[in-house]
Amino acid sequence: MRLEMGHIYIRDIQFAAESKIADGVLYVSEEALKAVVLEDEKLKSVSFDIAKPGESVRITPVKDVIEPRVKVEGRGGQFPGVIAKVDTVGEGKTYALKGMAVVTAGKIVGFQEGIIDMTGPGADYTPFSQTLNLVMVAEPVEGLKQHDYEAAVRFAGFRVAVYVGELARELTPDEVKVYETPTMMEGLKLYPDLPRVAYVQMLQSQGLLHDTYVYGVDAKKILPTILNPTETMDGAIVSGNCVSACDKNPTYVHQNNPVVEDLFAQHGKTLNFVCQIITNENVYLADKMRSSDWTAKICKMLDLDGVIVSQEGFGNPDTDLIMNCKKIEAEGVKTVIITDEYAGRDGKSQSLADADVAANAVVTGGNANEVVILPKLDKVIGTLDYVNKIAGASEDTLRPDGSLEVELQVITGATNETGFLKLSAR
Amino acid sequence: MGKIKVVHYINQFFANIGGEEKADYPAELRKGEFVGPGMALNQAFGDEAEIIATIICGDSYFNENIETTKAQILEWVKELAPDVFIAGPAFNAGRYGVACGTMAAAVKEELGIPALTGMYEENPGADMFKNNVYMIATKNSAAGMRDAVKKIAPLALKLAKGEKIGASCEEGYLPNGVRVNFFEEKRGSERAVDMLIKKLAGKPFVTEYPMPDFDRVEPNPAVKDLAHTKVALVTSGGIVPKGNPDHIESSSASHYGEYDITGVMNLDEATYETAHGGYDPVYANADADRVLPVDVMRDLEKEGVIGELHTKFYTTVGNGTAVASAKAFAAEYAQKLVADGVGAVILTST
Repeated sequence: MRLEMGHIYIRDIQFAAESKIADGVLYVSEEALKAVVLEDEKLKSVSFDIAKPGESVRITPVKDVIEPRVKVEGRGGQFPGVIAKVDTVGEGKTYALKGMAVVTAGKIVGFQEGIIDMTGPGADYTPFSQTLNLVMVAEPVEGLKQHDYEAAVRFAGFRVAVYVGELARELTPDEVKVYETPTMMEGLKLYPDLPRVAYVQMLQSQGLLHDTYVYGVDAKKILPTILNPTETMDGAIVSGNCVSACDKNPTYVHQNNPVVEDLFAQHGKTLNFVCQIITNENVYLADKMRSSDWTAKICKMLDLDGVIVSQEGFGNPDTDLIMNCKKIEAEGVKTVIITDEYAGRDGKSQSLADADVAANAVVTGGNANEVVILPKLDKVIGTLDYVNKIAGASEDTLRPDGSLEVELQVITGATNETGFLKLSAR
Repeated sequence: MGKIKVVHYINQFFANIGGEEKADYPAELRKGEFVGPGMALNQAFGDEAEIIATIICGDSYFNENIETTKAQILEWVKELAPDVFIAGPAFNAGRYGVACGTMAAAVKEELGIPALTGMYEENPGADMFKNNVYMIATKNSAAGMRDAVKKIAPLALKLAKGEKIGASCEEGYLPNGVRVNFFEEKRGSERAVDMLIKKLAGKPFVTEYPMPDFDRVEPNPAVKDLAHTKVALVTSGGIVPKGNPDHIESSSASHYGEYDITGVMNLDEATYETAHGGYDPVYANADADRVLPVDVMRDLEKEGVIGELHTKFYTTVGNGTAVASAKAFAAEYAQKLVADGVGAVILTST
């Protein structure tokens, strides 16, 4: 399967009467955006704002981050089974607006949403301090249940991203990247001497607003399966998560999955990137056993030599991570796992809830419990009403001088377990 | 602010007083002097810090008089009131490592003065004290002095100034059970791909989070009927037949020895000795029963306390020997012991 990825660099975002992209500037009509969001009668009102790198701006509570893209050639459209009709995506031609993101915010659960700082020490810990952010804060109608509110905001974010992405349909990309994986038989012929490698991605599926969707299917209800790695570049996997901000995968991370990117960089050189395997992180033991059994079985059936396993979330999913690692290694397939740590504020506790000797190659995204002081910033997009309650905060988080004393947990993407960032720990 | 004041602790060997024969050298305070490795440290400090005193103590003296010596040295350090205390580096010298770890930890914990030391990761002092006090990882011999000083000096300055201490891999100290965040040069996914490529090629790679220690051996239940049990002796104290016929190394042993003691009632000076290079061999050579108690076992055999003493003993040198090697030796001879019907083992060290 071959996907041509056209990058269109966005260097500024401005509100304007008419939506368009010209000379790298996204002009966007606030009225048009509002209309796109308020299509959904569950949402009462919405406001938009723009946050730029380096500005004294704090965005919270952050729900999801999405990169606008548009499918210009090939089957299907963006977010198949969610926005576009169900169709297998990942081939043809797609354009992405680089350097910007749609950020959705709002008080959904009130304790498991994140912070994005556009400047200061907090900015070092989130990838989204580096993007021009079109921020959407949507309010629900009276009496709407949290899970309905979550779904409404999730869908609205995708609609906005698609609306913005469509503005690029007729443009010429600044840069084109080609991602291509051969079929199994072709791969064997092309790279007979290269190790066969896959990417095992664990999707957050603990339920109760800890969810991920694959072609519109709730990941709790999937059995482990294989994807062509380019499928995720067209939005095959989307986030529906209200878990701790630091190590959940916003939709942006699925679209730009760094493990996929870095395995492609080695594809045909040091390894044969065979496919992506997705599995879930359900809470029932039988589900954990079944899914890890199947993941290991698929690795074996594909005659893989090695896999990279990425986790999402922490605690309970640590058991899924270790089960996957152990069972895949037992099939003779070598593993590297990517996780993060909860070693306590003092860094002295055991970092994972589960462990096994088979997990002898670990990449860590750092200790999420480490405390950081985020100075007061001039502007807040969203609200600080919940800042003492979000995961990683405490009742003393908001200090008299307006600064925040928080664990890295609160920062969107800080200890990401797909290896999105450079943060680590020893 | 004036120069940072440093007090340095070293042993008799690094003070050029003498080797093993001077290991009984009592603790001595030399004010205004830097000695041996102190010279390199002082140079590395530049204008920022200076060694205001050096404390010297023989390794045997320290370890044999540990409480009184520790108290004496603490008193000196308290009076000198330095900004930071440095012990060693001890490299792979076991008793020196224990002394350095003991003093650095005591100065830090009892006097509240920042302290650090340095030694080889397999020095027994490392496991004892690496979680108590910063311990720079050094090579296993004094040939690593230059490298060690390069890491000890900057960490000492940071500690003295109360600056934030980075992760173990940044500062060069042995992982101490405290996880510290830092920014890597490559993002996590790229590090994962690099690690997988190495792992697939069978090349060495370093995990970023070693799984918590699994090598905990549950003690066996007590031997129920010792009077009918065959008991074997095993040692890491290096006891071998005179002349060390299998050439077991004095440090970092590559193999173990298996020797028959059928009819041997007592290990005497004429027929047995130690191959171990990490402790004073005089008393072990004079009477090897002190390390491998064949004489006492024969008594117990005669008294009917044990069924019988196994006809063979297994021996190696624990000094500087990698855990992985020791484990491999044991895995092998344990099978032999089982095959020979041995029901209990007394494992002696040095």
